[in-house]
Amino acid sequence: MSNVFIAFQKNEDSRAIVNAIVADNPTAIVSDQPAMVKIDVPGRMVIRKSTIEGEIGREFDLQEMHVHLITLSGNIDETDDEFSLTWNQ
Amino acid sequence: MQIDLRTVSITPLRQTYNHIAERLGADKPASRYIEGTMDVQANANFHYRPTWDPQHELFDPRRTRIVMQDWYALKDPRQLYYGTYTQARARMQETAEADFEFVESRGLAERFDDAARRTALDFYVPLRHVAWGANMNGAYQCAYGYGTAITQPCLYAGMDQLGIAQYLTRLGLLLGNQGDLEAGKHAWLNAPAWQGLRRLVEDTWVLKDWFELFVAQNVVQDGVLFGLAYKEVDQAISEKAGPTVSMLTRFQAEWFQDASKWVDAVIKAAASESADNQALLSQWYGQWRARVQEALAPVAQLALGEQGAQALERAVAAVDARMVKAGLTLSA
Repeated sequence: MSNVFIAFQKNEDSRAIVNAIVADNPTAIVSDQPAMVKIDVPGRMVIRKSTIEGEIGREFDLQEMHVHLITLSGNIDETDDEFSLTWNQ
Repeated sequence: MQIDLRTVSITPLRQTYNHIAERLGADKPASRYIEGTMDVQANANFHYRPTWDPQHELFDPRRTRIVMQDWYALKDPRQLYYGTYTQARARMQETAEADFEFVESRGLAERFDDAARRTALDFYVPLRHVAWGANMNGAYQCAYGYGTAITQPCLYAGMDQLGIAQYLTRLGLLLGNQGDLEAGKHAWLNAPAWQGLRRLVEDTWVLKDWFELFVAQNVVQDGVLFGLAYKEVDQAISEKAGPTVSMLTRFQAEWFQDASKWVDAVIKAAASESADNQALLSQWYGQWRARVQEALAPVAQLALGEQGAQALERAVAAVDARMVKAGLTLSA
C-alpha cells in the first residue's frame, strides 16, 4: 500500500497538529527534519479538528493548518471537521 | 569550481528541561504552556516562616483543606500562559472595541428604547462593583494558592474581572452619563435589592481558604451571575429593544464561556483526586449555591420583574448541570 504524506513547518501550532495526527492514525510514521516534520501513513490519513482542539487548547479552524503546510500527497477530502488524504486503490 | 551542497541535520541534545521530561516520561518536545507552568512554583529554601502566619510556610499547600498529591494536576485546558493569555484577550478586546465603536458611530445608544435603557443602567452598572470584588478574590487565590497551574489562571481571571468592571463602566457612560455611575454606586451601597449581593461579595473577601473562595467566586457566583446577567437579562432586553446591550456586553458573554471550561476542568480534577475532596467541594458548592441564589433573587427581580425567579432558577440549574458533570454531588 502506498503512503500518503503531509509535511509541516516546525512550530508551536504544528506540534499540536502532529500530535493530533499521531493520536488519530496509529500507523503514522513521523520523521523530524530540520525546520520540517513529515508524516507518512499507509493508505489513509485523517486529521480531525476535535483532536487538534484538545491538543492546542483553543478553537481551531482546519483552514489554519494551511498556514503551516509545506506539501502533501494523496487525494484530499476536506470538511469543517475532518481533513483526509487517501489513495484510491 | 564545484560546490557540493548537502544538508547537515543537527539533532538537539535535549528536547526539553529535565523536570518536564520527568513529568512527560520521556525527553520529547513539550508545549510552551507545559514548559512555562510545570514546577514553576517556588517550594524550597525558605529560611523563615512569614511573621504574619507562622503556622505556614511562605508558599504552603496547607492553606486550603483540599489535598492534592500533585497540584499541577489542576491544569488549564485553555493552556493559557502569559503570552497566549494576552493574545487571546487582545483578540476579544479588539472585537469588543469594534462593537462599542459601532454602537457609538451609528448612534444606537441615543436611539435606544428608554425603558430598556433604564433597566440596563439599573442592573448592569452596579455589577461593576461585583466585578471589582471578583478581581480582589482572583488576586487572593493567586497569592495564597499553591502551584502555578492553578494560581496562574486565577490571577488571569481576576484581571479579566477588572476588564469587565471597566466595560460595565463604559456601558454606563455610553447609555447614560457620569451621574448614572454615581447612581449605580449609590444603589450598590444603599438600595435594598443590592444589599444581599453586596454582603455576599464582602463575605467572600474574608474567606481564608483560597480553594473555598474559588468555589464561592469562580464556580457559584460567576456561574450563576453571568448566566443571569449575560444570558437571561440580555435576552429579555434584546427582545424588547434590540441587540445594542448585547453588543456592549459581548466581552463578558464570551469570557464566561471561556472561563467555564477552565473552572469545570479544575473542579473535575480536584474532585476525582479523592473522596474527601469530592465531599468537601460538594459541601462548599451546596453552601455557596444557597447564598448566591438568595442574594441574586432581588437583583433578578429588579431586572426581569416576575420572570426574575424563573430566570434565576435556569441560571442555577445550568451551573448545577456543569458541576454534576464535573463530579460533584448536589445536596437536596
